[in-house]
Amino acid sequence: MNKEYYGKLIFELSREGRSGAAIPDAGCPDAQIPAALARVHTPELPQADEPTVVRHYTNMSANNFGVDTGFYPLGSCTMKYNPKINEEMCSLPAMASLHPHAPAETTQGALEAYWTLQRALSEIGGMAEFTLNPFSGAHGELTGLMVIRAYHDSWGDHARTKVIVPDSAHGTNPASAAVAGLKVVEVKSLPDGTVDADALEAMLDDSVAAVMMTNPNTAGIFESNVARITDMVHRAGALMYYDGANLNPMLGIARPGDMGFDVMHINLHKTFSTPHGGGGPGSGPVGVRDGLEKFLPNPRVVKNSDGTFGITASGEALGSISATLGNFAVQLRALSYILSLGKEGLAEAGLLATLNANYIKESLRDLYKLPIDRVCKHEFVFDGLADKNSGVTTLDIAKRLLDYGFHAPTIYFPLLFHESLMIEPTETESKETLDCFIKAMRDIAREAAENPEVVKTAPHTTPVSRPDDTAAALNPTVTWKELKNSAG
Amino acid sequence: MSKTYFSKTHEYVTVDGDSAVIGISDFAQKALGNVVYVDMPEEGDEITAGEDFGAVESVKAASDLIAPVSGEVVETNEALVDNPRLVNDDCMANWIIKITLSDPSELDSLMDEDAYKAFCESEAAH
Repeated sequence: MNKEYYGKLIFELSREGRSGAAIPDAGCPDAQIPAALARVHTPELPQADEPTVVRHYTNMSANNFGVDTGFYPLGSCTMKYNPKINEEMCSLPAMASLHPHAPAETTQGALEAYWTLQRALSEIGGMAEFTLNPFSGAHGELTGLMVIRAYHDSWGDHARTKVIVPDSAHGTNPASAAVAGLKVVEVKSLPDGTVDADALEAMLDDSVAAVMMTNPNTAGIFESNVARITDMVHRAGALMYYDGANLNPMLGIARPGDMGFDVMHINLHKTFSTPHGGGGPGSGPVGVRDGLEKFLPNPRVVKNSDGTFGITASGEALGSISATLGNFAVQLRALSYILSLGKEGLAEAGLLATLNANYIKESLRDLYKLPIDRVCKHEFVFDGLADKNSGVTTLDIAKRLLDYGFHAPTIYFPLLFHESLMIEPTETESKETLDCFIKAMRDIAREAAENPEVVKTAPHTTPVSRPDDTAAALNPTVTWKELKNSAG
Repeated sequence: MSKTYFSKTHEYVTVDGDSAVIGISDFAQKALGNVVYVDMPEEGDEITAGEDFGAVESVKAASDLIAPVSGEVVETNEALVDNPRLVNDDCMANWIIKITLSDPSELDSLMDEDAYKAFCESEAAH
């Protein structure tokens, strides 16, 4: 009964006059709201008793899948486990109850946490300084590109309007460049998934503001030409931007700053174990090399000569990209993670992430098509099943994995292959978990050969089987009002 | 007498005199899956061979439309605004833009139907 009844929309559970609280009469006259400002229609809010509300949301939450419920090998997303000590630290009343505009003299501990994380990320990234203010990875990309624009503008070079982005890049790269007012130009990948450095060299001239790179790239391959690329980009007067989405395997092993990158962002919600996806929010700190610090956005946290911390603003900054110092609770979680693992632990994380990815890859390569046959880093891409005669697609495999109790890998990305199935296990998974996943993938390949219908019609065990994704894209119904109206 | 040419990025151009229509090939629409949005240029826009002139978005991916030839856009297929899936139903009948060619010699670097068919087979085997 629970799922069926309480699983309805909260609006459908609404009954006129129901309430979870008896609110006494205030005993004072109603507020006098000018007629012009008063709303015409009463808001249509759901009315329900407290047990109904609690059961509704508890049942809904039980339908959720997250890193706390199971393995989540979503490529490019680094869905590592989020240690509970992170939650404990950011829930400390002294931190959780702070007002974002409280005066600096009353928030010294919080500012020290911000400053400490900023320094730790600078060390990890090989950068001079970080701002922690951006609210997401894409927001970080936009901030980083604004830093690059401010740099070129600072000496009157306004002709650099292009950003070169590899065809394997995350979709946020071209999107961020477009929002920053720059024109996006694509550079092709070689068959091994790495950037075609010769093609890139031919594209470089004085109209290029920056080249954005992800290393390892979205196919999980380390860009071994990176030093040559950063060198030729610098000779052309442009800057190198590092998309930190795939920083995980580099932790404590290699630093973007040492590879020649000038500006980078980090996704705390990927590499530094803070909640991800719908559970966010995210955080996309941006780091810059020596000489670019002055362009970082306001406000900033500084350490004064007497050891205290202050909040400042600089006239040379690109401006502000947020009203406050970013998602502070997320920053505290990331700092907790860094301090819990320490230098040695962080360096081990990247190695184990790489080992886990290669273990899965080698265990499945006889049944799934491996388009790039190299040692990968933290993730790798299959191009569907090796035997495609059954007609079972990557989408079908992803759907069938849900029946086996796993979250699906990333599918149809990167766009380098038609049937991309991108797997990133992260370092937090045990060998037993990896073996269960490998067994499921092998079982699905066998099913595809012997009984393809069961895969093509999967999932069979989830509350909803296959939503109509075309209709969802063409005619999205996302509010109760729309649903009611569409039902006539 | 019209003739159809194909590009390596899976656009086709069907030419009749100096007028041509451009769309995406059957191989492309199958690879993309159900199309949910077609981003088109405006009438009067100039398109340049090798550069993008719009995008096709499907349930799987968004893909740039690369101009196989250069020219001026004289008409866009407005039916695709309300019903982008026409591209899946019949991609050759449902072209995306109609242009006036500015350099017909560009057609020489494209593939004819047979060459394109062989190209697609090698792509699929890849």
